[in-house]
Amino acid sequence: MTPSAPLSAIELEEKLDEYLDPVLSSRRTATGLAAMLAEFSRGQQEFVLRWIGVIAKTNAELAYQFAAQAPAGLRLMDPDDIESWIIQAMDTYDRMGLYPASAVFHEGEAYAARVRTRVNGMSFDDVSGILEIFVRGLSGRPLKLEPGDEVYTDTSTLFLPSGLARLPNKDENFRLYKAMAAHLWAQTWYGTFRSDLCGLFASFPDQDRAKQIFHALETVRLDARLAADLPGLHRDMQRLREDLDEAAYPDTWQEQLCALRAPQASVQTTIDALNTLYGDVLPAPICYQGTLQAGRVEQVMAQRLAREKDQLRAALARLLDDKGRRTELAGLEGEPKVDSERFRVERTPDPDQPGKWRYELTIDGQLVTPPQDVKAMMDSIVQDLGDIPDDYLVAAGDGSYQRDGEEKNPDDVWKGTYHEEGAFLYNEWDYRRQHYRKHWCVLREIDVHPLDDDFVTRTRQKYAAPIASLRRSFEALRGEEKLLKRLKNGDNIDFDALVEAYADMRQGMEMSERVLTKLHKQERNIAVMFMVDMSGSTKGWINDAEREALVLLCEALEVLGDRYAIYGFSGITRKRCELYRVKRFDEPYSDLVRARIAGIKPEDYTRMGVTIRHLTRLLNEVEARTKLLITLSDGKPDDYDGYRGDYGIEDTRQALIEAKRDGIHPFCVTIDTEARDYLPHMYGAVNWTLIDDVRRLPLKVSEIYRRLTT
Amino acid sequence: MDAHAVSTKEYLVKKEPYYEPQGDEIALFEAAYRNQIPILLKGPTGCGKTRFMEHMAWRLSRPLVTVSCHDDLTASDLVGRYLITAAETAWVDGPLARAVRIGAICYLDEIVEARKDTTVVIHPLADDRRILPVEKTGELLEATSEFCLAISYNPGYQSVLKDLKQSTRQRFIGIEFGYPAPDLEQRIIVHESGIGPEIAEKLVKFAGMTRNLKGNGLDEGASTRLLVHAAKLMVTGIEPRRACRGAISEALTDDAEMLAAINELSASLF
Repeated sequence: MTPSAPLSAIELEEKLDEYLDPVLSSRRTATGLAAMLAEFSRGQQEFVLRWIGVIAKTNAELAYQFAAQAPAGLRLMDPDDIESWIIQAMDTYDRMGLYPASAVFHEGEAYAARVRTRVNGMSFDDVSGILEIFVRGLSGRPLKLEPGDEVYTDTSTLFLPSGLARLPNKDENFRLYKAMAAHLWAQTWYGTFRSDLCGLFASFPDQDRAKQIFHALETVRLDARLAADLPGLHRDMQRLREDLDEAAYPDTWQEQLCALRAPQASVQTTIDALNTLYGDVLPAPICYQGTLQAGRVEQVMAQRLAREKDQLRAALARLLDDKGRRTELAGLEGEPKVDSERFRVERTPDPDQPGKWRYELTIDGQLVTPPQDVKAMMDSIVQDLGDIPDDYLVAAGDGSYQRDGEEKNPDDVWKGTYHEEGAFLYNEWDYRRQHYRKHWCVLREIDVHPLDDDFVTRTRQKYAAPIASLRRSFEALRGEEKLLKRLKNGDNIDFDALVEAYADMRQGMEMSERVLTKLHKQERNIAVMFMVDMSGSTKGWINDAEREALVLLCEALEVLGDRYAIYGFSGITRKRCELYRVKRFDEPYSDLVRARIAGIKPEDYTRMGVTIRHLTRLLNEVEARTKLLITLSDGKPDDYDGYRGDYGIEDTRQALIEAKRDGIHPFCVTIDTEARDYLPHMYGAVNWTLIDDVRRLPLKVSEIYRRLTT
Repeated sequence: MDAHAVSTKEYLVKKEPYYEPQGDEIALFEAAYRNQIPILLKGPTGCGKTRFMEHMAWRLSRPLVTVSCHDDLTASDLVGRYLITAAETAWVDGPLARAVRIGAICYLDEIVEARKDTTVVIHPLADDRRILPVEKTGELLEATSEFCLAISYNPGYQSVLKDLKQSTRQRFIGIEFGYPAPDLEQRIIVHESGIGPEIAEKLVKFAGMTRNLKGNGLDEGASTRLLVHAAKLMVTGIEPRRACRGAISEALTDDAEMLAAINELSASLF
């Protein structure tokens, strides 16, 4: 038999038995599966077997489901698409469990159909990034984009379809997406919701009909506004309608259309038109118009307006306070003026189109420039209401403007039901799938609880002599100035070289041009992040050594002036990865930081990948020529939910590769004597060091740091 | 050593540079000049700072010496250095020393880009001493009343590392530049490129859109300079969307998604 000949059913069954053993029984054998697979080529068989093996590592039943659907899948899709099909099922498994994941395999045909439309269609994920920026650029309050079953806006989010394949190619479908987004934006911008639409529709016998006619008429008005302000966009939108052969408006509408297209038309014009045309023919909806969800708009707008009213009034109170006139007036006149008479806002259109407003806020007749945030708030209120009502222009009473201090305590998250609000979500690399598990880890930053004991003082005493010598050696590193000699270009004459050159010339030799010196200052521009293992295994000696090492390091780094941050990490399971802040980059080495170092204590497990990803993100926010990520560790990555062995190592390695891609140099200092087996694979051959005697850790770490950065 | 004999002519601005005042900056500059106080121009890139300097130099009929600062700019680059010519050493003035000698306006563009130690060189020039010590030659150059020092900096993209020190900035009179008001910006584009006012208006609108994106993925919105570039391309016959893409979008960002979004924005106007 040649190696490329297909495997027989018997051979296949043997392999399947091996992978699927846990879910097979005397009644459920792999015989049928093997028979179906036997018809395929050796390459296809191996492809399927490989993936069955991979999936079985996650869940054997899911692997069985795949094996059962694979033959059908192979007929419909090419291997790349099958792979993405599998990954989708496994993502679903990660998120929702076995049954929804099996359903993905059972719907292979539908998936294949989607793959086909994907070639021509666009998905929400393809376009949302661009369109979100696009809409923000158009002006107005920032709007979020989200996929939804219907196309509509609640005035804070634009809901767009999760996929579009109505038109024959990607470009056209993108254009349709853009038209939808622009239309919804226009609703929020040109004041579609500045009138009580729910009440309006309710006043008609057939609410639904009233709504549809209103929407059709309003679309005419918005199209006209877009045509005036954004002619290019309008052209695109009209072309879409032509491409889709959309019918023209009924003849009976003509008169109203003129009114709606007039530049001064407002939503009131549309309402008047609705009253006239309520009983008339209803034209088919336009491809980009979506639906009107007046109820949701009302809800969202009411919430936002209430919040903004509060905030605006609080801001006005602050403005008054700033002026110091509030108390002064009260004291002088006994009876302060009614606030609503004290503020006036004059609004003039800013010619910087598309429309912003200029505000002239006066307090007691005196002109005040509203701060940026107040201006944004006013913009948003005007966008909703068309004006700023008088009852918004009343300063909040004393004490009531503290409402914005609603910061949440990260610990509260663990009380009651678990949720992910405010946490950071990170992908994790699954080496078996060769894909990321999306949003797999939930990470939270917590401050280390400071411990005010004499740990730092004791450490300083204990290492008094080494600290002094460390300081000296680090001082020598600081801003090394070197006189570079014999240069072609420089600031000063290198007389030695010049004399020599002159002599050479006299001798008849060629005179050297290298006769200048230059003072070259090697500026240190380093940001270093220390990532300290706080897992349970560090309890005792190791924890002490780690804390001592940090004290010595801080002492040395303070001399050097390099920017540094210290974070401890631990956690238990992917849903509870914790990062303990000891010192941020922008924090000085204060008593608080010292108390936090003292307060570092062993916690739970070691999930390294997610920590590295988060610290990479923090490092990316710092500007430095050299960025270092130094890990102090006592062993392999290890966590409760399967994050051990190759899985943990491979994820950590992947996270380090990502860090390196961002220009960060990772380095690991470990005390694990078995480190040789896995650290070179994770960090690279030279980027780690082993300290076999824990007691030497404190001194060694500073030394290593010095070596690394010179 | 004939550094003293450098003619002032080559630094003179001969033709009136086109400049549309945004406010009272001309009066303020002239007042500062008369009182011998150095001037700090603040503002985003491409909003007309350099053009303003040229215009002022022309107005005051003084030579203009411009130095674009970079992170390798040393003190000797400004003050001067010895060069060796034919077996002897000759002192050559740097632009700053030259400007002091000929009583010119010395404009240090993007001063924060220069190394910290370089910035300190201008300190004795920028207070009432008005002297430039040239250490290497032992000279003490005293500035005449005609000499004027101006620096510029862009507070928009400042990192902590590139901030102007208080000891430097507190020697100057500050003039803030923003993007010109829309009608003014439109006029500038029309004048500089010769394009029709309708197109110029659209360009200004487009610039407003990109400025909306500042802080949301863009470090800066489109500057007046970029708008002029786009307009010039259009006048030469490049199709408007293409011109916006080349002159504005590509100049603003490399990020593919941002690029696509900005192109869509320009496409919605033209």
